[in-house]
Amino acid sequence: MFGIESLSGNAQAAAIVAAVIGEALVLNLVYTALERVAGPALTEAVTGS
Amino acid sequence: MDPTVITIFIGFGLLIGILFGFFGMGGSFLVTPALLVMGYGSQTAVGTGLAFVFGTSFIAALKHRDHGQVDYKLGGIMILGMTAGIEVGKTFVDALSELGFADTVVSIAYVLMLGAVGIFVLRDARSEDTDELHPVARMIQDFDVPPHISLTGGGEVSLWLTMAIALFVGVLSGFLGVGGGFLLMPAMMYGLGVPAAVAVGTDVFQITISGGFGAFRYAQAGNVALPVVASLLAGSTLGARVGSAATNIVDEGDIKGYFAAMLIGGSVAVAAKEIGTTYGIEVLSTVSIVLIFGSALLVAGAVIYTTISELRHEKAVAAAGD
Repeated sequence: MFGIESLSGNAQAAAIVAAVIGEALVLNLVYTALERVAGPALTEAVTGS
Repeated sequence: MDPTVITIFIGFGLLIGILFGFFGMGGSFLVTPALLVMGYGSQTAVGTGLAFVFGTSFIAALKHRDHGQVDYKLGGIMILGMTAGIEVGKTFVDALSELGFADTVVSIAYVLMLGAVGIFVLRDARSEDTDELHPVARMIQDFDVPPHISLTGGGEVSLWLTMAIALFVGVLSGFLGVGGGFLLMPAMMYGLGVPAAVAVGTDVFQITISGGFGAFRYAQAGNVALPVVASLLAGSTLGARVGSAATNIVDEGDIKGYFAAMLIGGSVAVAAKEIGTTYGIEVLSTVSIVLIFGSALLVAGAVIYTTISELRHEKAVAAAGD
């Protein structure tokens, strides 16, 4: 995935750990934005109006 | 990967993320057996599980930090003490392996440990007087040898006691071959008197560090399936947000009750699997898997249900006050 397999040993391990952190951070940003946009409406929907 | 498999992994990640964000545990405990069932090799299953736990706990730790629920000093001492303890625990297992009965002893210890901690936490959660400490917990907390360290959320505790508990949890963790999250959280709550939310936050911080190190070690040998980690993370990062936010809404006593239910479910599941393997009863292995995933699904559902109920209650109280 993304050429990580072509690396070897420590470089591959570091790239994988970095990829996991990168994906987690990007997802966190996306979900934070989503929470701001849709959060109040969703809370209102589940708690009843 | 097939789109259906990706969807399953995302949904599974969401479920695990809720449990992880709420309890600070339940990652590799659920992912590794699931990957084994799906046909991945044991090294890849463990490595992928660790990489996934690392990614999930990384974000969960950031969320707990935002809520002021991470005690870094306590977490650092726990990491040091546990690292030393894990080596001691592994030495026990190696000695048992040479004698030829490590698997059986570890499985029995796992069942007893999960069951005992589960029953202890359940009794505590059902206690009418929530301020009353268990005599064992009180005895441990009364150990007062200086120097002391201050705790996030108030109070201080003996440094020696903290290191002794970290070492003890590390020995058990190394002996059982698990991350130690399910042991560390109650050890901090009952042994050190750390508030539940801070215990979860500090536990998640410890898991992030140890998970990252473990993922790196397995990745060195190419034993991390990155597409699986990516799919699981897509669900779990969302679930972990929900779970950690729920710790601020749901009552502390309810948290303990759910935690106990998960542990007891896990204990019965491991016992069923061990009996099934020993006596060749295949149906018990299926029962074990159903128990692990069923209890996880039920507990995650209970967390969501209780959170929504609490939000509705708060809203009704606010409306009545207007």
